[in-house]
Amino acid sequence: MIPGPFNYHRPATVADAVKLLASLGDDARPLAGGHSLVPMMKLRLATPEHLVDLHGVEGLKGIRRDGNRIVIGAMTTQHELLASDEIARSAPILHEAALLIADPQVRYRGTIGGNVANGDPGNDMPALMMTLGASYRLEGSSGARDVAASEFYQGAYFTALEPGELLTSISIPAPAAGHGYAYEKLKRKVGDYATAAAAVVLTMASGKVATCTIGLTNLAETPLSAEDAARAVIGTGLDAATLKKAAAAAEAIMSPAADARGPVEYRKHVGGIMVTRALTRAFARASS
Amino acid sequence: MNDMTPTREQRTAVLEGMGCKRKRVEDIRFTQGKGTYVDDVKLPGMLHGDFVRSPHPHARVKSINSDEALKVPGVLAVITAETLKTVNLAWMPTLAGDVQMVLADGKVLFQNQEVAFVVATDRYAADDGINKVVVEYEPLPPLVDPFKAMDADAPMLREDLAGKTTGAHGPRKHHNHIFEWTVGDKDLTDAAFRKAEVTIKEMISYHRTHPSPLETCQCLCSFDKIKGELTIWGTFQAPHVIRTVVALIAKIPEQKIHVIAPDIGGGFGNKVGAYPGYICAAVASIVTGKPVKWVEDRIENLTSTSFARDYHMTAEIAATKEGKVTGLRVHVLADHGAFDACADPSKWPAGFFNIVTGSYDFPTAHLAVDGVYTNKAPGGVAYRCSFRVTEAAYCIERAMDILAQKLGMDPAELRLKNFIKPEQFPYHSALGWEYDSGDYATAMRKMMESVDYAGLRKQQAEKRAAFKRGETREIMGLGVSFFTEIVGAGPSKNCDILGIAMFDSCEIRMHPTGAGIARMGTKSQGQGHETTWAQIIATEIGIPADNIMVEEGNTDTAPYGLGTYGSRSTPVAGAAIAMAARKIRAKAQMIAAYKLEVHEDDLEWDIDGFRVKGLPEKTMSMKDICWAAYNSVPPGMEPGLEAVSYYDPPNMTYPFGAYICVMDIDVDTGVYKVRRFYALDDCGTRINPMIIEGQVHGGLTEAFAIAMGQEIRYDDEGNVVTGSFMDFFMPTAVEAPHWETDFTVTPSPHHPIGAKGVGESPNVGGVPAFSNAVNDAFSFLGSTHIQMPHDFWRNWRAAKELGVFV
Ligand SMILES: Cc1cc2nc3c(=O)[nH]c(=O)nc-3n(C[C@H](O)[C@H](O)[C@H](O)COP(=O)(O)OP(=O)(O)OC[C@H]3O[C@@H](n4cnc5c(N)ncnc54)[C@H](O)[C@@H]3O)c2cc1C
Repeated sequence: MIPGPFNYHRPATVADAVKLLASLGDDARPLAGGHSLVPMMKLRLATPEHLVDLHGVEGLKGIRRDGNRIVIGAMTTQHELLASDEIARSAPILHEAALLIADPQVRYRGTIGGNVANGDPGNDMPALMMTLGASYRLEGSSGARDVAASEFYQGAYFTALEPGELLTSISIPAPAAGHGYAYEKLKRKVGDYATAAAAVVLTMASGKVATCTIGLTNLAETPLSAEDAARAVIGTGLDAATLKKAAAAAEAIMSPAADARGPVEYRKHVGGIMVTRALTRAFARASS
Repeated sequence: MNDMTPTREQRTAVLEGMGCKRKRVEDIRFTQGKGTYVDDVKLPGMLHGDFVRSPHPHARVKSINSDEALKVPGVLAVITAETLKTVNLAWMPTLAGDVQMVLADGKVLFQNQEVAFVVATDRYAADDGINKVVVEYEPLPPLVDPFKAMDADAPMLREDLAGKTTGAHGPRKHHNHIFEWTVGDKDLTDAAFRKAEVTIKEMISYHRTHPSPLETCQCLCSFDKIKGELTIWGTFQAPHVIRTVVALIAKIPEQKIHVIAPDIGGGFGNKVGAYPGYICAAVASIVTGKPVKWVEDRIENLTSTSFARDYHMTAEIAATKEGKVTGLRVHVLADHGAFDACADPSKWPAGFFNIVTGSYDFPTAHLAVDGVYTNKAPGGVAYRCSFRVTEAAYCIERAMDILAQKLGMDPAELRLKNFIKPEQFPYHSALGWEYDSGDYATAMRKMMESVDYAGLRKQQAEKRAAFKRGETREIMGLGVSFFTEIVGAGPSKNCDILGIAMFDSCEIRMHPTGAGIARMGTKSQGQGHETTWAQIIATEIGIPADNIMVEEGNTDTAPYGLGTYGSRSTPVAGAAIAMAARKIRAKAQMIAAYKLEVHEDDLEWDIDGFRVKGLPEKTMSMKDICWAAYNSVPPGMEPGLEAVSYYDPPNMTYPFGAYICVMDIDVDTGVYKVRRFYALDDCGTRINPMIIEGQVHGGLTEAFAIAMGQEIRYDDEGNVVTGSFMDFFMPTAVEAPHWETDFTVTPSPHHPIGAKGVGESPNVGGVPAFSNAVNDAFSFLGSTHIQMPHDFWRNWRAAKELGVFV
């Protein structure tokens, strides 16, 4: 549990960071909170020769409102997310989910940028970002681009980030006023990644579900958007039969790995239950 | 008397003696981060050692090449079995009479086995070196399932034992067999089963787990070439035993070995044995002439040093239709891993598992234990329990519930019907123990009244009906557990470690001003000895506990003792402390008589000194006697006031308790909630009620962890898959249930202060309470026994197999 040797860099601007990453190539990795990267280094599963620490980089922190979008700097910690009135007001599902990530110590260090850029299927924020329709701003030596969260994840630890690119901020369209939301996460204990988790954001019109998105965490190599399941509930009053249909549709796209959290069948089964529970809770919260 | 004269109550209170909820004195340094643990000890020029470990569970080691490793800056040496052979230390003896490879000698027998020891100027360099050692392996078929260990075609694990038909504990039946241990009357027991009206039989597994103390195993060895002396700082639960073992295997004269166990961050049995790290660090220090430190990381701790349990117990009970037990038959298949490194008293290959008759009056019983080798880590330590007692308690407490279910009787009623009665003590059990004292029915009834047992059963019946009507997806279980422990190893007539009787010791020295220092052969790992030991002395000799300093863990200053594990400290060293204190008091009485100019027999003890019988004003306090001991002792008496006692207990002590767990389980997810947990403990005389409560809380939390998910698991290929706290269930304050504690007091008749020991009771009694709760919850759906651990997915699987998802 001792990492191998590495060089440490601490740039002050995004431009410098990007330049460093470009010149150092594949052997360099950005370092944010370090709570995913450093454990991997201690096991020598990750052996970067260069760490580019983002803590000194200006302008990567903070939460602000930009019209009807919420913009969160990549280096904003989970703790800062939890402390933010803006988040509590406009995207309370982020607040609910952040509280279910690890423990206070990890949340003081771990960043939202690291969480979404990491590409670990166990991370909670990616499915949420897909559910909220967020996009990520990526900056590299050839400039900046925006990639939708739904386009970003390609496989376990495999994302749309090009070598040398940094994720600098996350932009989330503010969910409609009166929306219903819920994040249901089954875990074995505090500090554990999800056995299965589901995020739901929905709106209502005259007692029926008007819009709905559903995201799934740790139920496949990448976060999933359960589109068929979401379609199944739109236009309904979320009766028992609909819930069952939605859970079945969600289960159909799950392909979790068997691990100490349980065999595949169990994880899919509770995945369906998390969807049911999240839908029920979101529905109860939404105002028509 | 003027108003300032303290009352008797005030004089007693000031002592903070037995029965006082005295705050733990050691916590002042622990809570401020000022303790001194092994890793805090840093010596000039100190080197660091770490292991190359085997990725294979079973393989031949073809070659080890250290050339590239030795080129890593800072790496000074790579020690292999070949190096160790030059000092005859490639193998070491185990406490169980087996031998164990220190470093892989031709073969590896479990994943993460120690293969080579890299010594470097710091830990980073050592780990860089590890990555450059090239080991060529030829994988062999792994043997993972203990039930297949004695198959005719099972691979031979221990080639060093090839052809040996006798082991340390008698005949071996197969090349992977270690021992068979039998106790009891087979014929009588078989006859009881032939005549029985009702019988039950169940294979009850207690899975492999690990003590996983917060601080891992570690040591710092420093060999002084000039003096020929070896000093070892280490996480040792039994420092003197370590000194003797080192003297025997390293051939260093024992007076030249100094073993120091500083503050220890939890042991739970993990720190009783001797590990390759100790040997390698000592050899490395001798070879390099520099101090060498070895500190295990968490993965190494969980996967190489000392697992616990792994007992597969087939239990049978014979009974009458009315529920009176008439016989017990148990066979155990014990998975010992690659080497038999159990830390039991030497003549007890399955520890005190023959306490398996529990709290019940079995007229006859028979027990057979077969130990086998598998490709898993060695160990088999007593994880917060006396030797194999928690396995035994789990076995009988599950079996009694299964019998109750078969008879259609309430499990609490069945227990009450079969308890050993108070008038039967001292009670001779069918498997050879003499229980010292107990009042089981009183404890059981107190538990049942405290939790409104009848009311809970009624609630359960209603909830079951609601479940059957489809109104709830939650089921409710009541887990009753009534355990009897056997602790305080032990009497020299039946207990020794490597030939050393399992006595313990205390030395007390009183200083002139009425203060003193006391040293013991035990070693606290968090139990609070510095607090409680002083309380015993305070009551015995009337000096405030605050004026007594307790010191343990330095073999140069402490009297020889066998250490702390198996709840033996209070039963054995606690007795030695009282006996040493009484020697002090006896001499003090002679000094007081001389000073008060009366005959010794005219004095009586009164709280904190002596008074002349019939003349209550004529007194001499212990404080004043201490002073007098250094200037005016009676003619012919040696000055000073000190005493030492080595206590060989006449018997074990037998703490007991009544526990109940109330649990709700959501069948859809398998998620459980412990609604209530009540633990009544009877540990005899209570020295410090607050510390007892703390011990009970800690032990229950470990029991909860074990029963509900904490396991060391190997996959079919022999890979250990629970090597970190991500997967090895370590509950936090969030998961741990709320604990309600209670007590009765039935003193031990043979112990000087009547104390029995408590540190391990909650682990022993807790595990069956949790498991019985889960099993009780599911029983109405038609199950008789569900194996531990009861984590979420396994609860879901049980529900599924019982057909709740149709
Ligand atoms: C005990 C424990 C429990 C945990 N439990 C959970 C949990 O339940 N749910 C959960 O979601 N997470 C959990 N985590 C992970 C935690 O949330 C991490 O903090 C998070 O995954 C990564 O954020 P970080 O800031 O620490 O990133 P780092 O560890 O520093 O980086 C992670 C990866 O992202 C890359 N990276 C970081 N920032 C950027 C950027 N701006 N641009 C491009 N690449 C970047 C790094 O190079 C690295 O590859 C847990 C961690 C621990 C230690």
